[in-house]
Amino acid sequence: MHKQIMLGNEAAARGAFEAGCQVAAAYPGTPSTEILEAVGRNHPQIKAQWSPNEKVALEVAFGAALGGVRSLAVMKHVGLNVAADPLFTFSYTGVNAGLVVITADDPGQWSSQNEQDNRHYARHAKVPMLEPSSPEETRCFIREAFQISEKFDCLVLVRITTRIAHSRALVNLEEELPTAPRSFVRNPPKNVMIPAHGRRRHVEVEKRLNDLRSFSDQSDLNVVESGGRQRGIITDSVAYQYVKEAAPDDSVLKIGMVWPLPEQKIRQFAAEVDELLVVEELDPFIENWVRAAGIPVTRGKDILPMCGELTPELVAEALGKKQDSHKPPVCPEKLPIRPPRLCKGCPHVPVFKALKNLDLNVIGDIGCYTLGALPPYNSMHTQTCMGASIGMHLGMEKADPESAGRSVAVIGDSTFVHSGITGLIDMVYNHGTGTVIILDNRTTAMTGHQEHPGTGVTLAGEPTRELNLAELCRAVGVDRVELFDPFAVDDLEKLIKTEVETREPSVLIARRPCILNKG
Amino acid sequence: MTNVIITGVGGQGVLLACRVLMEAAKLAGYDVKESEIHGMAQRGGSVECHIRFGNQVASPLVARDNADIIVAFELCEAVRKLEYLAAEGVLLVNNMKILPSTVESGAMEYPDNLDKWLAENISKAFLLDNREALADIGSKKCLNLLMLGAMAGFTSIPDNNWEEAIRNLVKPQYLEMNKKAFRLGRASFS
Repeated sequence: MHKQIMLGNEAAARGAFEAGCQVAAAYPGTPSTEILEAVGRNHPQIKAQWSPNEKVALEVAFGAALGGVRSLAVMKHVGLNVAADPLFTFSYTGVNAGLVVITADDPGQWSSQNEQDNRHYARHAKVPMLEPSSPEETRCFIREAFQISEKFDCLVLVRITTRIAHSRALVNLEEELPTAPRSFVRNPPKNVMIPAHGRRRHVEVEKRLNDLRSFSDQSDLNVVESGGRQRGIITDSVAYQYVKEAAPDDSVLKIGMVWPLPEQKIRQFAAEVDELLVVEELDPFIENWVRAAGIPVTRGKDILPMCGELTPELVAEALGKKQDSHKPPVCPEKLPIRPPRLCKGCPHVPVFKALKNLDLNVIGDIGCYTLGALPPYNSMHTQTCMGASIGMHLGMEKADPESAGRSVAVIGDSTFVHSGITGLIDMVYNHGTGTVIILDNRTTAMTGHQEHPGTGVTLAGEPTRELNLAELCRAVGVDRVELFDPFAVDDLEKLIKTEVETREPSVLIARRPCILNKG
Repeated sequence: MTNVIITGVGGQGVLLACRVLMEAAKLAGYDVKESEIHGMAQRGGSVECHIRFGNQVASPLVARDNADIIVAFELCEAVRKLEYLAAEGVLLVNNMKILPSTVESGAMEYPDNLDKWLAENISKAFLLDNREALADIGSKKCLNLLMLGAMAGFTSIPDNNWEEAIRNLVKPQYLEMNKKAFRLGRASFS
């Protein structure tokens, strides 16, 4: 069998290709971004696309599955929040051809605003979830996920984390699976979720969950690796790898299908060991379920942290492995920190210099420009989730009508298209008078320069109709729209000050390509 | 099992060095895994790769106190990773400072004698002045292969596997200068 070194995300793309996936959609987000890039680069047979946001990406993939071909939607953990609405009801309708949704979680928050544990989504939406522990398993599990999806007529979530997505390892290459062509069949009771239909589908969802429980118990995705009788460890995801390093002689129940959990397998495993431990990252998802099933757990989150990612040494310590007592000498000097910063020549820099000098409240958003919150600018005062800046700016004006004269919302071009536009519609509709600065660097820069509707180029590099941001803003009812080059504008401070003080909505589009942009 | 950490600053070529090492380990018949944090690399942040190779590798992360080799492309980044160095571990440092933005802005200071402190306190620290070699090669971009050459002798990977790995991963137009960089680095420890 041919082996290649692949990034976990490349292995995910390979798995989708081998499974016969034909349509893939995503919005970029660390640590998930390289999956669709790898699909586009390595598997041009698949119709791959960047969508404006994760909700649309999931809807496109779902439509493709309903239309008869295996399809994939990819997002980072917080992206699944955006796509949660379709997720919960696609669970009711089922799929036709296979639909797999990859959620790339970020324990440790290497590049995210929170470290939510997306295993909860599987339980909440009543859909199965697979959890690979390595790049090779990611490839295999995605193949398997497509088959489960069709067998149970249900979308399947696959959860990876930063230490799998951004891990390189040897990956086997296998042949493509045969797929049977399907077509869209009109079936309103199954696909039109009016309440009368939805109620009946809910009954089917519960039946399906029962079937999936049996499957989880029988599947090799959940596997016992027998060792000593004294201690048994239930573990999943990359934590499994740390357990194998720290306690190679213990019995392990490796969970590869984390929802629904394999109840009989867990009961039997628990009965065969003296002490039962659960080693999992972030929330006690498995542990709480096991306890609720009435199975005693000896140790779990009492010896492992809820916050941050697990590491080999944290797991080794929790499992009582003797560690080297060697302590390297500690350098007495205080080392300067090396935070990321806006690049030299970044077109956002003049804007943040102006905002700093004007001393405005800056309602921020998600992207490179969030670095404006750090020294030397210190000019961003809120940042929460994609697209939040404009709605929050309006809310602050509602709280204090004078605040719009001291504040500005700042959002990137890709983020504005993702979910800023609805906030702007709200501002106009509900008599807001705020100023929005769109930092239009003609790319999705933070995640590594992906195209978006405003760049006029598709994921495949083909030209397409470019979204005209200025016309879009005018169309929603903003009369004061100014488009300028932040490096060439006469007096940026005066321009911003004038708009902020004018009591009507305004949009300033600071357009200049990212200094790092290819081509 | 060999545990390696390669660390540096965005733009120094840490990821290519990591991929060449992995490829060489694979060609030598080893299992190999890696984990990297590179999200902020293009914006002046640190870049760090953990690489482990041996008969069978489970964790993609090196545990603290367990790195057999740390290769640092920058002085301060070397000191940052010391908690990972094993008791008999080798520390290879490109003896050069890249000032962080916090130092450029005057908010923090870059300590003066880090190289001296490393030489005195880490038994197997090698502080390499690569300026002459890089001038000879004619490209500062070859620092990564130069450092990789310096570390090659501390691994069990045969020279022919290194050469093949470089051929497999370096773009043809840059191949000759990178091969030369690797050879110069290798020669400094033979």
